[in-house]
Amino acid sequence: MGKTFAEKVLGRKAGKDDAVAGEILFLKPDHLLTHDNTAAIIGKIGPELERFGVARTDLSVIVLDHVIPAASEKTATNHQQIREFVNTFGIEHFHDVGAGICHQVVLEKGLAKPGGVIVGSDSHTCSYGAVGCFATGVDRTEAAALMLRGITWLKVPETIKINLTGKLQPPVSAKDLILTIIGDIGAGGAAYKAVEFHGDIGGLSMEERFTIANMGVEMGAKVAAFPADDVTREFLISVGVSDGSYEALWAEPDATYERERTYDLSTLEPVVAHPHEVDNVRPLVDSGEIEFQQFLLGTCTNGRLSDLMEAAAILDGKKVAASARLLVLPASRGVFEAAIENGTITTLSRAGGIVLPPGCGPCLGAHQGVLAPGEKCLSTANRNFKGRMGCKDAEIYLASPATVAASALTGKLTDPREVK
Amino acid sequence: MMTVFQYGDDINTDMLFPGKYTYTCSTAEEILPHLLEDLDPEFAGSVKEGDLLLGGSNFGCGSSREQPVLGLKAVGIEAVVAKSFARIFFRAAINQGLLLVECPEAVAAFEPGDEYIIDIEAGTIRVGGKQFAFPRLPNEVLAIREAGGLLAWTTRQLEEEGR
Repeated sequence: MGKTFAEKVLGRKAGKDDAVAGEILFLKPDHLLTHDNTAAIIGKIGPELERFGVARTDLSVIVLDHVIPAASEKTATNHQQIREFVNTFGIEHFHDVGAGICHQVVLEKGLAKPGGVIVGSDSHTCSYGAVGCFATGVDRTEAAALMLRGITWLKVPETIKINLTGKLQPPVSAKDLILTIIGDIGAGGAAYKAVEFHGDIGGLSMEERFTIANMGVEMGAKVAAFPADDVTREFLISVGVSDGSYEALWAEPDATYERERTYDLSTLEPVVAHPHEVDNVRPLVDSGEIEFQQFLLGTCTNGRLSDLMEAAAILDGKKVAASARLLVLPASRGVFEAAIENGTITTLSRAGGIVLPPGCGPCLGAHQGVLAPGEKCLSTANRNFKGRMGCKDAEIYLASPATVAASALTGKLTDPREVK
Repeated sequence: MMTVFQYGDDINTDMLFPGKYTYTCSTAEEILPHLLEDLDPEFAGSVKEGDLLLGGSNFGCGSSREQPVLGLKAVGIEAVVAKSFARIFFRAAINQGLLLVECPEAVAAFEPGDEYIIDIEAGTIRVGGKQFAFPRLPNEVLAIREAGGLLAWTTRQLEEEGR
């Protein structure tokens, strides 16, 4: 019987090549991702850190991104405590305020590799499945224990296989694909399971794969993974990861799957996730007329250069509706600089966009674009939970960068296929 | 008398503890006033030790957010009984020693006024005169719970390893 991606990667990492779904394995991940929550994590283990130190100085990847620049004395103090911890214990992978959203930074710094294992105290850690890395979210206490001992346990998940055929027809995008899948499978439909993408993936860019993998957790998945191919290889070389520095692993042809689904990319259409669940997905054309007061373009889901450029192409020479605000949130300093250099930022700003510092911004409702009661926001982010953007009486809708840009022009839900 | 707070499917971490407080509240004292704030504004003021939470499927989905688990443990919630749990929430509960019972039958059997009796060792739950079995945790995971949570377990491992 052949092995799935999860069985192969976790089995090898644990030194147990015959591992099968359902087994619990103890293993040492390549990296542990934490962000602003590092302050709360080290706060749990002050005496233990003094007594035992950290397991490895190259284990932790710490990126300050969630509330940056600090919005209050409390969040500033968190950042200060994290910097002190980094200096005291010689943490090698630290990225201070301004570097970008942790998941984008991990990918851009070449820390996520095919065949690797990364855990993080952030649910969207599953993003690194885009490069064929087994990556999944854990809680803060697990992160604290990992800092001390460098070992964790993972249950080898069962796997759902998704076959992709055909090519996306722009402006239908990777975001429309993953929202469609989540709508079908449901918010908990892939709970405790790995998701593997097979078939015609060669036409999906690295950025499109990041968008898809990022949202795996929105159907409950432990990881959503792509095989490493030439697209992956080229991306890794561009971020300084040489071919010889990793061993890619992928499912065997006769692997056992919990279930399979097939999607024809060429027949997909723009979709919208309606409040207050990510799986409340409807075709854009059946979504009715909805007016929005705020638009959010960016985040770890859709804040990469191609996303910003796609929106800029629609907004070029035009203006955001007077009744609405467009917030632009680049995923990293690298994305921000590239978007400045090629004129994308100028285009978005001239159209009325408000550019925020690379970080999580308003996505989790802590600052920089909190909603008022009764307001509606159309966002390219990954979550539309009630209260998510800081107000329980506001509504969040999710869509692609093209749909957000087209709608920002009119102030109401607009099909990007109709924009001339 | 035990109060049972009943909620539906896909109760997410923003409903259990709003994201806007995530980086300003991390101790039990800071968490409690906002526990379940956007789901049930009455909860924080009325919950008492020994009460029980009843959920549908995919309970605790969404963020890696430990505050709901810390908060429910701190107010003395006896257990959360649900049809199913999201995995990060489940893991956080094991690590904190909050009892979760995955038992769709026990959720379906509940009638207002019923109390629950849970036997962890036997893996059984009684409600409304009926008894149901729930899956026992694997030994590796039970060891963490029995040690008093993950940090206590980890400290013991480090001592045994001579670190």
